Amino acid sequence: MTGRALAGNKVLCGALGIAGLLLVMEAAGRAGLVDPAVLPLTSTILTRVAELAVDGEFLANVGATMTAWGLGLLLTVAVTVPLGLLLGSLPKLETAVRPLIEFLRPIPSVALIPLAILIFPDRLDLKIAVIFYASCWPVLINTMYGLQDVDPVAKETLRSFGFGPLAVLWRVSLPSTAPFIATGVRLAGGIALILAISAELLAGGSDGIGAYVIKAGSSPDGLEFIIAATMWAGILGVVTNSLFIGTERRLFRWHAARAGVTR
Amino acid sequence: MKRPGSHAAPRAASPSGSRVFLRAVLRLWLVPVALVLWEAGTRAAANPYFPPPTTIVVRMRDMWLTGPASRLWLSDSALENFPPSLGRLFAGWAIAGVIGILLGVMLGRSVVLARFVDPLVHFGRAIPPPMLLPLLIALMSIGTQMQLTTIVFGVVWPVLLNTVDGARYVDRQHVETARVFGFSRGQRLWRVILPSSMPKIFAGLRLSLSLALILMVISELVGSTNGIGFQLRAAERAFDPPGLWGALVVLGLLGYALNLAFFTVERRVLSWHRAAKQTT
Amino acid sequence: MLEISNLTHTYGSGPSAHNALGGIDLRVAEGELVCIVGPSGCGKSTLLRSIAGLLRPTGGQVVLNGTPVAQTPDDLAVVFQDYSRSLFPWMSVADNISLPLRRKGQGKKERVRSAMEALEQVGLADAAGKYPWELSGGMQQRVSIARALAYRPSLMLMDEPFGSVDAQTREDLEDLTLRVRGHHNMTILLITHDIDESVYVGDRVVVLSKAPARVVEDLRVDLPGPRDQISTREHPDFVRLRAEVGRLVRGMRTSQASAS
Repeated sequence: MTGRALAGNKVLCGALGIAGLLLVMEAAGRAGLVDPAVLPLTSTILTRVAELAVDGEFLANVGATMTAWGLGLLLTVAVTVPLGLLLGSLPKLETAVRPLIEFLRPIPSVALIPLAILIFPDRLDLKIAVIFYASCWPVLINTMYGLQDVDPVAKETLRSFGFGPLAVLWRVSLPSTAPFIATGVRLAGGIALILAISAELLAGGSDGIGAYVIKAGSSPDGLEFIIAATMWAGILGVVTNSLFIGTERRLFRWHAARAGVTR
Repeated sequence: MKRPGSHAAPRAASPSGSRVFLRAVLRLWLVPVALVLWEAGTRAAANPYFPPPTTIVVRMRDMWLTGPASRLWLSDSALENFPPSLGRLFAGWAIAGVIGILLGVMLGRSVVLARFVDPLVHFGRAIPPPMLLPLLIALMSIGTQMQLTTIVFGVVWPVLLNTVDGARYVDRQHVETARVFGFSRGQRLWRVILPSSMPKIFAGLRLSLSLALILMVISELVGSTNGIGFQLRAAERAFDPPGLWGALVVLGLLGYALNLAFFTVERRVLSWHRAAKQTT
Repeated sequence: MLEISNLTHTYGSGPSAHNALGGIDLRVAEGELVCIVGPSGCGKSTLLRSIAGLLRPTGGQVVLNGTPVAQTPDDLAVVFQDYSRSLFPWMSVADNISLPLRRKGQGKKERVRSAMEALEQVGLADAAGKYPWELSGGMQQRVSIARALAYRPSLMLMDEPFGSVDAQTREDLEDLTLRVRGHHNMTILLITHDIDESVYVGDRVVVLSKAPARVVEDLRVDLPGPRDQISTREHPDFVRLRAEVGRLVRGMRTSQASAS
């Protein structure tokens, strides 16, 4: 393959980039530029990453985090999407509620964790509650504005054929808004993961990736495991994000084609 | 794309004072109603974790507003905790902004470089920032350096990705005009690529700002000896719900003020963009 | 001063290749205003981009003032069709015009003076501080022309410059182009699909065939000056030339349509 063709291959370049960085870091560690006692060698970390993949304890913790994540997200969607549709359909109500949203939204959701620690003795309840508060905003706002973005001509066309407002909502507004809702859920997914792990880090408790990391911190070679767990959290994030995007693209091909949207 | 001979963007007239007031009332009427409901509801429920707003306000005053008038009534506690928090927030955001814009322009304009670096960027972005805390605490121990690193690492991504997007998709006609009229590379960068990317860059900076607030709080909850987040944690440990709520209110106000300030600046700097979009 | 020899260009390669230019030969003398017409899609834009150095043709050569064109030459300016995307919206009108002049090594005062002069020539002296989106379409295109003027190029390329404005504005801009050419004795190459315009404005009309484009006919326009929208267009020579160009272009179009 010529150099030009090499540079054109996206996957190859990406892989080379990753490999290059790992090699540089490994070399820095071995050459003594970075003290291995402070920052473990890349090869050690990669070994740990592989070990964790089959470590039952770690996988159980991942499961606990993802369970809380999933339940929290489900609750958010179940409550917020209907609420968003309601607010989006009644502009007077939306205008009245909007200042409340503007005041509540900027409150950093992680700041609620200390309060939630006091209120919710059960760790799972705590995580779900905190995830709900943090994730409801992107879903709510995307639903409301997606609804307002619906093409009025499409709605009027259906009305002219004698369909009532509820039918219009179901047959026109909802399918039109669905891509926006999907984007909101994807954003919420990322936020929910951050909140789940933050709650585990702050509230302690026995399960979850955050709890695993705290426990690892107390053992002598714990730093390697902490970094490895962090890598896995990143991989988890990439995988969930890609799944969301893939599903969105598959479900909403018509939307992307019309709007020329790539993200 | 035919246009009529005379079609120009009008300048909006500013409304009169009483109309502004009336419109504000119509928009905000639910807020005092909600406050009253909140007060009534918490008094009725008498739950220790949900103190009435009046109690919260009193607690806030006791914590932060007991100082002399010359210092805007700020108490020692306020002066010890607010400035460090704000300092970290802005420093972290600014550093992340500079790094994000620099890297973003490089990656946006060089497709080859972007191919190599893309997976790294996506991976880095996916790491939940709170997971960095145990790592960074182990490496740097608690303190400002650790917090700044957390904020910068977590917050650089929105700016970076948005800048890449903006720098990559500069209108082809702008680029060609620059080529035809022989702009130097520096001129192309400063006079064409950067201004053209400004709208996207600002969107990224706005996202980064809210994210920076979140990360500032969480880094102070875990690894700090001062700051609003630290006070939040202290209130939790001392079983002081009004104090907790007070810190939450301050954070909410801070977040709101930051949004407002950013919005105002953005409107001024990007006025050309809004107006240009309206007329096309 | 402009010599184009056997210019060819093919987009892509293999079976899906599109041969846009099939060997164009053209000479333009100094001070001439040459209009290029042809059926749509015949490669007029490709030709212009090759001359402007925005595109490297696959064959042939473009020589400007004795130097072969490799990248965008220094003494060339382009007026694009889409003024809204060609003028920079974040700069005022005056800045849009004076920025390219830095290339010429002019100091700030000189640049401002050149910009104001150019604006006066196009009749927009009080628009200097305004922003492009505050002006109408016709005015924006005039700013584009002013920018090209201030640059003092030896060759001005205009790519369907009046295609996006209404008919009356188009007439004003055509007359402006003639005035400007007369004042500076500037060499202009104007690409247009409007046959009337090509005959009204040009000293020569070059008709291109459909892709792969070749020069079908190179007509001299000998109309009495100064040209005027009403009297010139009534002139029998105008009517004759216009009909001939029309037949040539239409002939191309009909053969194109029957071939597809």
